[in-house]
Amino acid sequence: MSQLKTSYEQDLSLAGTRSNVVWYGLLLASLLLVPLAFSEFYVGEMSFVLIYSIAGVGLMLLTGYTGLVSLGHAAFLGIGAYANAILLSRGVPFVLSLPLAGLISAAAGVAIGIPTLRMSGLYLAIATLAFGSIVVLVGEKWHGLTGGFDGLPVPTPSILGIAVEEPTGIYYLALAVLVFVLFVAMNILRTPLGRALVAIRDSEISAQSMGINLAFYKTVSFAISAGLTGLAGALFGHYVRHLAPDSFGILLSIQLVTIVFIGGLGSLHGAIFGAVFVALLPQAIALVRDDLPFGIGQLPGLEPSLFGLILVLVIMFEPTGIHGRWLKLKRYFLAFPLHQRTSFRRQKSYAKSERLR
Amino acid sequence: MSDEFFSARDIAMHFGGIRAVESVSFDVQRGEVFSIIGPNGAGKTTIFNMISRIYTPTAGTLNFDGQDITRIAPHRIARLGIARTFQNIELFTNATLLQNLLIGRHSHSTAPLLSQLAFLPSVRRAEVDHRKRAEEVIEFLDLQRYRDQLIANLPYGVRKVVELGRALCSQPKLLLLDEPSSGLNTEETEGMAFWIEDIKKDLSVTIIMVEHDMKLVAAVSDRVMALNQGRILAMGSSAEVQGHPDVVRAYIGGEPEAPRVESVAAA
Ligand SMILES: Nc1ncnc2c1ncn2[C@@H]1O[C@H](COP(=O)(O)OP(=O)(O)OP(=O)(O)O)[C@@H](O)[C@H]1O
Ligand SMILES: [Mg+2]
Repeated sequence: MSQLKTSYEQDLSLAGTRSNVVWYGLLLASLLLVPLAFSEFYVGEMSFVLIYSIAGVGLMLLTGYTGLVSLGHAAFLGIGAYANAILLSRGVPFVLSLPLAGLISAAAGVAIGIPTLRMSGLYLAIATLAFGSIVVLVGEKWHGLTGGFDGLPVPTPSILGIAVEEPTGIYYLALAVLVFVLFVAMNILRTPLGRALVAIRDSEISAQSMGINLAFYKTVSFAISAGLTGLAGALFGHYVRHLAPDSFGILLSIQLVTIVFIGGLGSLHGAIFGAVFVALLPQAIALVRDDLPFGIGQLPGLEPSLFGLILVLVIMFEPTGIHGRWLKLKRYFLAFPLHQRTSFRRQKSYAKSERLR
Repeated sequence: MSDEFFSARDIAMHFGGIRAVESVSFDVQRGEVFSIIGPNGAGKTTIFNMISRIYTPTAGTLNFDGQDITRIAPHRIARLGIARTFQNIELFTNATLLQNLLIGRHSHSTAPLLSQLAFLPSVRRAEVDHRKRAEEVIEFLDLQRYRDQLIANLPYGVRKVVELGRALCSQPKLLLLDEPSSGLNTEETEGMAFWIEDIKKDLSVTIIMVEHDMKLVAAVSDRVMALNQGRILAMGSSAEVQGHPDVVRAYIGGEPEAPRVESVAAA
């Protein structure tokens, strides 16, 4: 069981209880050992999971915590990837090109955040979808900058003169960036900024009455979300080593949205769980593909359809996602054998009869 | 320009053809409980929405603490010292009670964004201070056992109190309460009356209250204003206003709802 808290400071510490510190420490230690214990193939796969986790945390801040859906987040991944690659190829050192890629993405986030300030729900989804397509189109047409359909090779990054090679170097790099991104995200969530985002998500009208400037915080949320996703993009570029505009289209955007919905909206754990799931699903499909009956495995659109199906099933039956399911299981085992059926039922909430007109 | 604590001068609010509020003027003295009554659709909530700047008045001016607030940005109202509750409870339902109260502290947080992202020591100190304030409110309203619960899991009566607490967390000078007793049973309504008294006496907060429960109105109000179809019918002590012939007529003259003399236990 969790220990009793004795000071407000304890609630402000990142890991919470001492047992948590131990668990997260062990997790980090085993992640550091991955390249020593596994083959290059698995290290590459793990890098991919880490990169998706970074993007997942970025989108979680926007969608899970601020309540703004984006169907164009792959564009920020692309902007980050291209910005980093282009800067590198022009001689900017990686220690600068990586943060710059994040900042350029963040600026793009502001550019889409401001015109969509008054939108929410479906309208925002469509606006961001359009934004995503426009960015891909610009990437295809602006041959001089991006190489268009020919693609763009991504130079190998180096830090302090040491080349960061695929896959092990990129793995450690992605791990470091993920730790940084989680640190920032957790700071956001324990400060007025994060509370303002949650307030906007749950009730704009009372957020405003509490003194929260809606326009400002929505824009900030877009900027931070896009910036973090841009960092993921820069790493993604090094992971694939060759960029093409159409790899940052709607399919990738849907994968990113799937991460936050499957993981569980409003939870950083959820962003990670979701990223693990979404990054590894294609591999899992590939493994069982040949063994599936009736030739299902050979159907052309199998992977995207499966993503869609899972997304719909999760939204219908487990709206709190993998993280919510995990919490319920944890409660079950902690309370065993005293569990009550009711704690597994969805809590009835009082529907608001009438919103302010 | 008046030097009243709060004043509304000839304010009006029109929605297309609907004249929800029409040339309403009133003053509120520092430290009093000023109640607004009136049948459904009289324009009471609309007045609150003008004060919290969700609506911009079609005409008239609003003054608070020596400042014209008629056209100020809505998110600046809290910092000036005006807090409110909502008729239909507008809490942050997927956050805990404590988080809700801490959001109530927003108008007192001044840390720049970057220092928040890095969680600098100054931010940590401010957070501990916010937490202390929130805990004071939790103690004041006796909410300890719900502290870490999600609002979505709390009963209606408790939510009403939490909303009051969230407003108090901003340490307001003026508190707007929109039907604090609606949906509460008799016992809970009595509790609400005590809290309103305490807020007035112990925290010396000025209160404007919209309320249907005449017993609660009579118990806590210094002055009462009756409204019908956007216009003032009567103003004075609770007894004067309740006995005023126009007010009686407005309530029984085929209006949807009569003033409740007894608290009514609702859903
Ligand atoms: N945004 C709006 N657009 C159009 N009409 C509105 C709007 N807000 C309020 N009204 C109208 O203004 C009138 C006054 O509404 P208001 O909500 O102020 O009444 P109220 O006195 O608070 O009533 P109740 O006791 O039912 O809460 C009503 O006729 C209402 O329909
Ligand atoms: Mg009303």
